[in-house]
Amino acid sequence: MSENRIYLDHSATTPVDPRVVKAMAPYWNDVFGNTESSHAFGREAANALEGARQTVADVLGCRLSEIVFTSSGTEADNLALRGAAWAARSAGRGDHIVTTPIEHHAVGRTVDQLRELFGFEVTRVPVNRHGLVDPDDVSAAVRRETVLVSVIMANNEVGTVQRMVQIGRICRERAVLFHTDAVQVPGRLPLELDEMNVDLMALSAHKFYGPKGVGLLYVRRDTDLASAITGGDHERGRRPGTVNVAGAVGLATALELAEERRVEEYVRLRSLRDALIEGVLARVPDSQLTGHPKYRLAHHASFVFRGVEGESIVQALDMESIAASSGAACAEGEVEPSFVLAAMGFAPEWGIGSLRLTLGRSNEESDVTRVLEVLPGTVGRLRGGA
Amino acid sequence: MSHDCRVMVALSGGVDSAVAALLLADRGYEVSTITLLLREEQNGGAVPSPEAIDRARAVSDQLGVEYRLIDARDAFRTEVVDYFIAEYTAGRTPNPCVPCNRFVRFGFLLAYALALGDPHLATGHYARIHRLDGRCQLLRGRDSTKDQSYFLYRLIQEQLAHAMFPVGSLTKEAVRGIAARHNLPVKEQAESQDICFLPDGDYRRFLAEHAPHALEPGPIRDTEGRMLGRHQGLAGYTIGQRKGLGISAPEPLYVLAIRPDENTLIVGTADALGRDECLVEEMHTISGEEPSDPFRAEAQIRYRARPAPVTVEPLGGRRARVRFDAAQRDITPGQFLVLYEGDVVLGGGVICETQHSVL
Repeated sequence: MSENRIYLDHSATTPVDPRVVKAMAPYWNDVFGNTESSHAFGREAANALEGARQTVADVLGCRLSEIVFTSSGTEADNLALRGAAWAARSAGRGDHIVTTPIEHHAVGRTVDQLRELFGFEVTRVPVNRHGLVDPDDVSAAVRRETVLVSVIMANNEVGTVQRMVQIGRICRERAVLFHTDAVQVPGRLPLELDEMNVDLMALSAHKFYGPKGVGLLYVRRDTDLASAITGGDHERGRRPGTVNVAGAVGLATALELAEERRVEEYVRLRSLRDALIEGVLARVPDSQLTGHPKYRLAHHASFVFRGVEGESIVQALDMESIAASSGAACAEGEVEPSFVLAAMGFAPEWGIGSLRLTLGRSNEESDVTRVLEVLPGTVGRLRGGA
Repeated sequence: MSHDCRVMVALSGGVDSAVAALLLADRGYEVSTITLLLREEQNGGAVPSPEAIDRARAVSDQLGVEYRLIDARDAFRTEVVDYFIAEYTAGRTPNPCVPCNRFVRFGFLLAYALALGDPHLATGHYARIHRLDGRCQLLRGRDSTKDQSYFLYRLIQEQLAHAMFPVGSLTKEAVRGIAARHNLPVKEQAESQDICFLPDGDYRRFLAEHAPHALEPGPIRDTEGRMLGRHQGLAGYTIGQRKGLGISAPEPLYVLAIRPDENTLIVGTADALGRDECLVEEMHTISGEEPSDPFRAEAQIRYRARPAPVTVEPLGGRRARVRFDAAQRDITPGQFLVLYEGDVVLGGGVICETQHSVL
């Protein structure tokens, strides 16, 4: 990181790893062909693309045919939800979808559109105050008309990790497709597709030190999927559009590197993060950790501070060259708590004071020390105190 | 869990109900099928026809499920046929499919299913049920060209709670495709607007036998009371009708009102036809709550009518005044006015005798 800036927003995005940049270099103007072309330029590009696909398949432990490259994690979620829902309904399997109230908008708004514009019926199972879904609630919500269950594996705002194996088992028993937005997961938690019985999974390269503009949808074999984007035959017709070979290579390289370093980074970041949490809760009065204290992403620390606006804290930290984010949003001049915190039962006076600090490769102990120096005073001043 | 998965499917011998049964069986429900015997006449006016019953039986055999033929002739005669005759006698134009669904299919048949321990009754209707907070919502079928929610507007929460419409979220094309892929032994019925118990849609022959006075010729008058000609029995005419009046006039004439007490047909020019409001009685809401304040909705004044924006003003006693944003030409007493909010069926009522402002 240049200068003395401290970046604590790794869940928003990450810098591209220099090794990934290097791996992508040939694909701008050296190997530049369209993978669908029949000549040598096309073949080279196709080989590179399939090489990237093989790398991903090796990391995820899946088949080549189960990988679809997209432009983003959001697009992967859209393709998974619309594609699976439309296909299942046309085959007469039903029109009911089960999901949670704490999904990323890429899932939540897509499901809402499926309900409003496409006539699907939607049930959202509740979450507890830690943002955890009870698998029994999922089981109760699933009916014979249910075609899809979608649960975010690790929530971006509060870090909670769901009981994926149990939910996956329910889906398998009830013969319902299981989709998950796993965008926050690579490099942080293992991705065991078969153990979790996941049928559809969305990833996004720029969250694990890969480039922006490329994502991935894992589609389990024999899953019927209509395409959300229609056009040529790229990606077996599931996602037409000339493939971003450089991006795919970048994603694959980044995924491989993230998996290599996962365990080591877990240990390193966890101890930094725990020190951060301990320090904040001790030094800032009226503060709470949000999300599950134990089943949470190891790099993720999210708080609520009573009676202060999270966005103001973010701006104040920015003036101290510390980058963080808040879940609260400004809507029509009024600050509102995030829908995630609302679903978890936080009252507005707490919910608007949300702050998220997410650690990554660039962070060290000195970053934690600096935040703990700055934050208490910042919150105090914003509260109208010293 | 095991009790909850039993469902009785009403088969007509047609594609839609057959596919409904197949989809439910695929989803793991314990399906049994039935056909309702509605009418059996000496001279071949059987509903359903023997061929249709054979097809229903064949579908059940292919699915490997239990099949029963259930005698609903009494219920059908009382609730549907008698209603039909009474309406024509009163100078109104009936829609017998509505009471048939309410009293025969989801009345008599549902009671039968529940008595047998089947908590669900499924049909091949193009309509949908969504459950929200313990209440049922009735929605249009997803295929707007086939939507049959109109006929189901009169169902109550208790009936909807047990009902299932498996093909409601599919297009007709998708349903045909499923039937073809599974080689279901069904015949594609030509889309028929005829009433099921009238062979060839010949209501004249039916009424000649059951309500002959509805076919008695009488005077046709204009709005001033002047005699213009003779009609061939009020049953042959409906509001807004232009053809068959047998009157030559400088301008086209349309049926404005039907007066059964005087056996008189009132006709007039097109500009007298447009009405922008009507009275509705026997108002029913799917939610079960009686509205007290005026509200906006879209109204269909017959099965295939385009939804028209309206303002509904409840008048108490389950009556309401419905004001149309745009004048309608064929608001017909006796027809059902069904209210929608987008795809959701709000409810509806029976269109009353409308007083023509000039008379």
